[in-house]
Amino acid sequence: MLRKRLALSSIAACASLLLSGCGGQHSIVSPHSPQTHHIALLWWWMLAAAAVVFCGAVGLLVLAYFRRGIRGLPFFGEREDVAGGMVVLFGIAVPLVVLLALFGAANLYVIRSSAAPSPGSTQLTIDVIGHQWWWEVRYPRSNAVTANEIHVPVGTRVDVVATSADVIHSFWVPALARKIDMIPGRENHVLLYASNAGVYRGQCSEFCGTAHAYMGLKVFAEPRASFTAWLKHNAQPAVAAVGAEARAGEQLFMSSQCSSCHQIAGTPANATVGPSLTHVASRTSLAAATIANEPKELASWIANPQAIKPGDRMPDLGLSHAEVAAITAYLEELR
Amino acid sequence: MAIELRPGSQPHVERLERVWTERPGLLGWLTTTDHKQIGLLYFFTSLAFFAAGGVEALLLRTQLIGPNQHVLTPEAYDELFTMHGITMIFLFVIPMTTGAFGNYLLPLMIGARDMAFPRMNAVSYWLFLGSGLFLYAGLFGGKAPNAGWFDYVPLASKAYTPAINIDFYGYGLIFNGISSTAGAINIIVTTFKLRAPGMSLNRMPLFCFAFLAVAFSLLFALPSLTLAAAFLELDRQLGFHFYDAASGGSPLLWQNLFWIFGHPEVYIIILPAFGIATSIIPTFVHRRMVMFPLVALAELLVAFLGFGVWAHHMFAVGLATVTTIYFAAASMIIVIPSAIQLFAWIVTILSGTPNFKTPLLWIIGFIVFFIVGGLSGITVAAIPFDQQVNASYYIVAHFHFVIFGAAVFPILGGMYYWFPKVTGRMYHEGVGKLSFWLTFIGTWATFFPMHILGIEGMPRRIFTYPAYVGWTALNALESAGAYVLAMGLVLVVANLAGSLFVGARAGRNPWRGETLEWATTSPPPPYNYAVIPTVSSAYPMWDREDRERDADRLAGGEGVLAQGHETPASTVQDADLDEVLSMPPHSVWPPIVGLIVVLMFIMLLVQHYLIAAGVAGFCALALLSWHAREPADA
Repeated sequence: MLRKRLALSSIAACASLLLSGCGGQHSIVSPHSPQTHHIALLWWWMLAAAAVVFCGAVGLLVLAYFRRGIRGLPFFGEREDVAGGMVVLFGIAVPLVVLLALFGAANLYVIRSSAAPSPGSTQLTIDVIGHQWWWEVRYPRSNAVTANEIHVPVGTRVDVVATSADVIHSFWVPALARKIDMIPGRENHVLLYASNAGVYRGQCSEFCGTAHAYMGLKVFAEPRASFTAWLKHNAQPAVAAVGAEARAGEQLFMSSQCSSCHQIAGTPANATVGPSLTHVASRTSLAAATIANEPKELASWIANPQAIKPGDRMPDLGLSHAEVAAITAYLEELR
Repeated sequence: MAIELRPGSQPHVERLERVWTERPGLLGWLTTTDHKQIGLLYFFTSLAFFAAGGVEALLLRTQLIGPNQHVLTPEAYDELFTMHGITMIFLFVIPMTTGAFGNYLLPLMIGARDMAFPRMNAVSYWLFLGSGLFLYAGLFGGKAPNAGWFDYVPLASKAYTPAINIDFYGYGLIFNGISSTAGAINIIVTTFKLRAPGMSLNRMPLFCFAFLAVAFSLLFALPSLTLAAAFLELDRQLGFHFYDAASGGSPLLWQNLFWIFGHPEVYIIILPAFGIATSIIPTFVHRRMVMFPLVALAELLVAFLGFGVWAHHMFAVGLATVTTIYFAAASMIIVIPSAIQLFAWIVTILSGTPNFKTPLLWIIGFIVFFIVGGLSGITVAAIPFDQQVNASYYIVAHFHFVIFGAAVFPILGGMYYWFPKVTGRMYHEGVGKLSFWLTFIGTWATFFPMHILGIEGMPRRIFTYPAYVGWTALNALESAGAYVLAMGLVLVVANLAGSLFVGARAGRNPWRGETLEWATTSPPPPYNYAVIPTVSSAYPMWDREDRERDADRLAGGEGVLAQGHETPASTVQDADLDEVLSMPPHSVWPPIVGLIVVLMFIMLLVQHYLIAAGVAGFCALALLSWHAREPADA
């Protein structure tokens, strides 16, 4: 039994090396949670069984090619009862056994790890709300609100409550959890658990309109202490602008269209159409994990969002170069 | 070898020619009620839509050839992938199989002279053409449907797609459904009632069983789509709230209604392929199908079980676990009748003496792709795995193996197989084989890497992707594969088109085919058979005595039925002669009805409801006057 498992997991390891040669950070077969590990193992078993069936069935066709001049079956000649028996054996008996085994393994056993977490079995709840085309992330027991980047403590069972503010989206971080659709009017639950610290990429996987391709997501799994510090910091309101240019930027932000869509806690800006910017400078990416959060990238995003993310809800505002620089300076202070 | 025409037959044949010949030229095509002419109209129209859908696919693949490309805008990409899906399913595969293959071949295979309702047959063609042009009017106006072929709400609702795009979809599919429903009824009644005396159900070709199963599936599945689309338009145009969660409606109602249609639809697409395979295999392996009754039963069972699996498209929407387990179990059960057919084909080929000519090659390709698509299908019946790969490229790989590799390959094989019957000419065998291998390799290269991309986390329907996720190399391979695939398909059309002029004469039965259509001349005369054929087994062309007897009967004028447009009707089960039917001749009404219905849908689209109601009344009047003018015996 153990040897079989070892053999299997070494096959799995080889194959996953092959696959991860072309990516890996966003992959079903580099799992970082017990749930996705189970599913990956299920996949390798299914792949192995499928390979056997494929080779067997295609092998019969190849045999038919080499016997094309010979009537009847190998060994049994023109016995119709044997031909019929083969159809019953391969078409009914074998599939029945294989399917029963698969049904038990996948739909009765593995499904327990991918099912919605039972109430009370999790230590942390996070609300994730899909928007066209970004993710709103709320930590219900704190004031922390962020976007497109989810922080979780490593080794902790997290209940993600997924819903949508507009159309259907799907929450999918392949290395950590199965996907769950985000449907307006429904609250779906999915277990998020990271066995290892790290950054895990996710992406919306239900077509949600023009910028569906630009709806990325990152999950940061970090040690509990740094997570707690992060959460505490993100629950604070924003600090007032310090630098001269940043102060000008703050004024501009509050008086221009910016504040009619975005919230910055601790300021008059409290709209919830777009992502909260209270601690935007502490995030690593912008525009739903589309570009890196560097001052230069931020400036070009503010100046011309439609060039970076065509079809996005954030319009080109026609700001001057100086205005863009000022707003950038302000946002850069929102750590 | 060939059976000689006996002396004394000629006067009967000449009389039939006089009775059945239709108008020549363009007017002939417009007013035809001959199932073969209508089949050809369906063929060329759906082939044109196949080309359009193919060009759309090539544009999509070109956009995805590398990361961060801007060949297409996201808006154009969304319209193109939506139109690609709608086109291939509603405007290519269904009309090509039920409309072209079914129309042309079913009456020939059962020894009838036409479909049961020739004029309704013509009406379904004109409605199909109208619905196709209606859907494409959106694309040419830059406002094509753009929410995917399954058009999930609320993305497709007025709030998120206010423009007319989705209305082309809603009305276009209702429109298209009228045509398919009429076609399905025609197929059912034809196969049940018009079989030549002696062709009891157990002697009916498996091809006919497959088409019967498809017709029943269409008949019961389409109402759900029509209802879903009607609710959608009521929501969009009149402010109803069927799908609006904020007002107590449900976006999942759409998904349930759509997939109650959408999954049987998958079997509607694949079953004709099964039927074509069961026609081609016995001919080229020189033996009868293994386990004929079990295969017939399996064909019907697939169609029936296909109605109980729809929610397996919805494993990620957050259904109760017990619900998902039921649908997964049902989805797994359907593997059994599919596997029965698969191994019946394989064992038949293995125990026969296969001659790997072009048509059989396409069937071999079909079997290989059906195995891959079937196996990946089983993997997504494992709920937790589906919850990972759902809506990823793994699914795109799965269904293209099934509905391109498995469903379209037999259509292409069938085109080669029946080309001599339809045109009287042979195609070029060498070019035929080359076209197969190009398409076969292209199909692997295009669709197989998609499995890996899905496993690597690439979601479907994204118009571009960043470089750092590592999806570039496989996407480039897929795009290259798509170009090879397209070359293969162009070569198929070129081969057949060229052979139309230079192909060798085919004769009645160049393949020693086993079913009745090979008994008549190539191309068949307007009345199909000078004498209603005698049938005493499921492989009538291999019963030489029956064919000799037909020739004798023709000389004696027995079973010629030349008093008018006559064809025999028989009892449903045993096919005993019931009565002789008098079929209606050609008519100008079908295209007129088609035109009126187009007008009605245009008026609905632009929200002129009163005018639409007026046009609908006009349509009713047209139908009434059409029937009032029928002669009493027609």
